Amino acid sequence: MRAFVALLRKELRSYFGSPLVYLVAAAFLAYTGYYFHSDLIYFLTFGFGVNIMENFWQLLFMDVRLVLIFAVPLLTMRLFAEERRLGTLELLLTYPLRDGAIVAAKLGACLVVIGALLAATLVYPAWVYHLQPFPLRPLAAAYAGLLLLAAACAAYGVFVSSLTDSQVLAAFLTSMPLLLLWLLSWNEAAVGLSTLPLLRAISLFNHFQPFAVGIVDLRDVFYFVYATALFVWATLRVLEARQWRAGR
Amino acid sequence: MAALLGPNGSGKSTVMRMITGYFSPTSGSVHVAGIDMGVDSLRARRRIGYLPEQVTLYPDLTVRRYLGFVAGVRGLRGGAARRAVDEALARCHLGEVADRLTGKLSKGYRQRVGLAQALLGDPEVLVLDEPTVGLDPVQTVELRELIRGLVGRTVLISTHVLSEASQLCSRVVILARGRLVAEDTTGGLVRRLAELTRLTVRVEGPAAAVERALAALPGVAGVERLAGETPGEVAFVVLAPDPRPVQQRLAAAMVAGGWPLLELRAAAPGLEDLFVRLVTAADGG
Repeated sequence: MRAFVALLRKELRSYFGSPLVYLVAAAFLAYTGYYFHSDLIYFLTFGFGVNIMENFWQLLFMDVRLVLIFAVPLLTMRLFAEERRLGTLELLLTYPLRDGAIVAAKLGACLVVIGALLAATLVYPAWVYHLQPFPLRPLAAAYAGLLLLAAACAAYGVFVSSLTDSQVLAAFLTSMPLLLLWLLSWNEAAVGLSTLPLLRAISLFNHFQPFAVGIVDLRDVFYFVYATALFVWATLRVLEARQWRAGR
Repeated sequence: MAALLGPNGSGKSTVMRMITGYFSPTSGSVHVAGIDMGVDSLRARRRIGYLPEQVTLYPDLTVRRYLGFVAGVRGLRGGAARRAVDEALARCHLGEVADRLTGKLSKGYRQRVGLAQALLGDPEVLVLDEPTVGLDPVQTVELRELIRGLVGRTVLISTHVLSEASQLCSRVVILARGRLVAEDTTGGLVRRLAELTRLTVRVEGPAAAVERALAALPGVAGVERLAGETPGEVAFVVLAPDPRPVQQRLAAAMVAGGWPLLELRAAAPGLEDLFVRLVTAADGG
């Protein structure tokens, strides 16, 4: 546990010691702020002030989700790829640390950063609430959904990062499938009726959509938890596989 | 203190990586301080400090922060961690660079930071992979001094420099092409090397008669004629395990035969000669 905390602190220090996290944060807040502004205007113009959850927050959270899938690969690409490139992974793996603690600390540090980014967006609902109070529990559900989605994406990003020593490649290979899943989710009308249920079942974003309108379905929660666990498991297998390709 | 000696590519680093739990062996087992690495790797790894061949540090951390991180990973915290870091800094003479980024350090300092992190948590077993490779002579001497001060622990050092092994270690294990070819005390190894001493002899005289005279000398293990001599001269290589008395007898024999001695040189054998010999011996057997 102590070892985990030490590693978590080191990872956070690495995050906040590099300019990347500030650039990502600035872009994230600029884009989500823009979406907040434009979605709010859209709601005021066309939403006739009814059903703020469906006509405003849903749109905003679907947009935040989109910004998130651009931000996550930039935050996860470094985690293992850099250790591989520097060669620090060898020493790290010989410390009295479980592989699980290493993966947990890296994923955990990434989620702390993502949590901080999402926490910063709380300014938007706080401001709206200040002008016109609205029910808060659906909003809490949406944020929980964003965190779950981010955890699944980040776990995937950590897995990809563990496969390569190139951060650029890690970011690319993380963002491409996420983008594909996003495309699938908005292009589903073009897909045949028989394949649609299957696509819906695997699509990351269809599982997020209920959260955006304030619905917490356990199936969706499990979907994200399973996806996260799957990629953590896969990362552990990659760390174990170091001996299969001996040498450097 | 033991040395793992072998030419490049002989498997020294692989052995060390298996001992430190980075690789697991495809067959056989690794025991560290009595603990089977395959059974309880975590407990075994707690007993080991490891300095990899390429000392790799996190360039965005200062030396103190980096060592603090390693102390935490090794299970120390709070005051104990701080004390351990201070002790490691002092022991490896890193006080003046404690607050510099590890990415900005010279090779010599990086190597010392690598040693400092291996010492954190006071492990019983230290595994140092080519600790002095790439250092300048002054740094090499300093680092050897540091390593010599690590008494009371089991230290395994890999090197391809014989003098390093003989200065630091009491036992030597020799690897070649991934196989253990010899295990000996340092003194025994030096003796084995002496057995390979060759004398180069150049004289003016008839080849056959000189060769007979050389082979007849007591203490000579073999005579080989060298090609490419100038007319009137002959040259031989004489194998003499104990060269000094042979040299004296040889000079006397040449004078007695009336053959002017032009050159008599003892070539100290290199470690490579020993490696070659051991490998050929191993292949033959």
